[in-house]
Amino acid sequence: MDYYIGLVGKKNRFVMVCCDAQAVHSVIRIKSDEDKIVPIDSHKVFCISGEAGDRVNFTEFVIANTKLYALRNESTLSTKAVANFTRGELATALRSSPYHCNLLLAGYDESTGPSLYWMDYLATLNKVNVGGTGYGSYFVLSLFDKLWRPDLTEAEALDLMLQGIDEVKRRLVVAPASFIIKVIDKDGTRVVKTVP
Amino acid sequence: MSRRYDSRTTIFSPEGRLYQVEYAMEAISNAGAAIGILATDGVVLIAEKKITSKLLDTNAVGVRREKMYKLDDHVACAVAGMTADANILINNCRLSAQRYYFAYQEPIPVEQLVRSVCDTKQAYTQFGGQRPFGVSILYAGWDEHHGFQLYQSDPSGNFGGWKAVAIGGSHQAAQNILKTEFKEGLSMAEAIPLIVKVLAKSMDTSLTSDKVELATVTRDAEAGKMDFKIYEAAELKPLLDVANAAKEADAAAC
Repeated sequence: MDYYIGLVGKKNRFVMVCCDAQAVHSVIRIKSDEDKIVPIDSHKVFCISGEAGDRVNFTEFVIANTKLYALRNESTLSTKAVANFTRGELATALRSSPYHCNLLLAGYDESTGPSLYWMDYLATLNKVNVGGTGYGSYFVLSLFDKLWRPDLTEAEALDLMLQGIDEVKRRLVVAPASFIIKVIDKDGTRVVKTVP
Repeated sequence: MSRRYDSRTTIFSPEGRLYQVEYAMEAISNAGAAIGILATDGVVLIAEKKITSKLLDTNAVGVRREKMYKLDDHVACAVAGMTADANILINNCRLSAQRYYFAYQEPIPVEQLVRSVCDTKQAYTQFGGQRPFGVSILYAGWDEHHGFQLYQSDPSGNFGGWKAVAIGGSHQAAQNILKTEFKEGLSMAEAIPLIVKVLAKSMDTSLTSDKVELATVTRDAEAGKMDFKIYEAAELKPLLDVANAAKEADAAAC
């Protein structure tokens, strides 16, 4: 089961996301270093989970449209615009052939700072400070509810993420074995840690 | 000779001209003028109304505005040419702006709105066999990418960004006056009397408030709110009086 969790460092202007790194087919782990945090552009990423074909196809579709917009108009879309565009596409497809994927969109804009959007396959869109999906997130969301503060530093946020991973490993029967954690801030996107 | 190539809109003449597009531009030159000036803190548009009659019922919604229209909260336009054609394009603009907002939850950048209308106009010069739109439009707007902007589009579908531009009747005369009178860094307080003066000078008759429409696009930066203001007759009169007096003084001096 795909796991991802994201949190916004409001005061210190960053957003941190963590995904598990398993590619799974039925009961077989095909890959343990699958990067499910895909870049949309230099300052935005999708964390994707759900139906195997749908999630890659859909996110590639959104990424291509974002790139086309940037080329046509010589300016990039804001995180909010990409989030709403994505939601619109999910909504349009919903009543004919829905995309079965849940997404977290994390981005940084010069003017508005970091932001995190939670989307599900029913075209729900919410702007959140903490968001996640998968069985693992059930434990971690309550943990973060207690521990998240708007003025977290990057180091504190990383510690929170690692505590979350520990919780998942401890309590989930089919816990993922490996994880990847990335951060987005004014300098773009970078990997801060892979577990193990 | 060129008569042979008039009837089809979508073919070139042997000299490489599109006659229908040129004829459309000719139609616009006979229509009421419209002028726009870009200032540091806003955009001002002025237009000459051609339909003036005291029998006109100005309280009826349809005829209250002849030249100036709001396309979205942050962009407005002035039209010159065939009013019925203009109505179609204005409706397209408004649709385009709202579709963008529906998709992105953000207001459409002004240039993209202009481009989408111009793509429509261009289509009528290339296929379909229908005549082009006999309208030129001045777009005045604001967006967070480029601030205040002024654009002009014509029946061919070409558009450009301008600091000051005139379309419609006597536009060449008005454009020449603008070339000498326009200065960089004008504020709205300076641009408004200037635009009235330019219209007055380029027109043969003197200005009266039932013949002129004046509108401004400004923004309250603190509140983050746009303001599209169309001047009522009472506000227009002092501006027109100043311009008319200056024009008479010039004429007397000659």
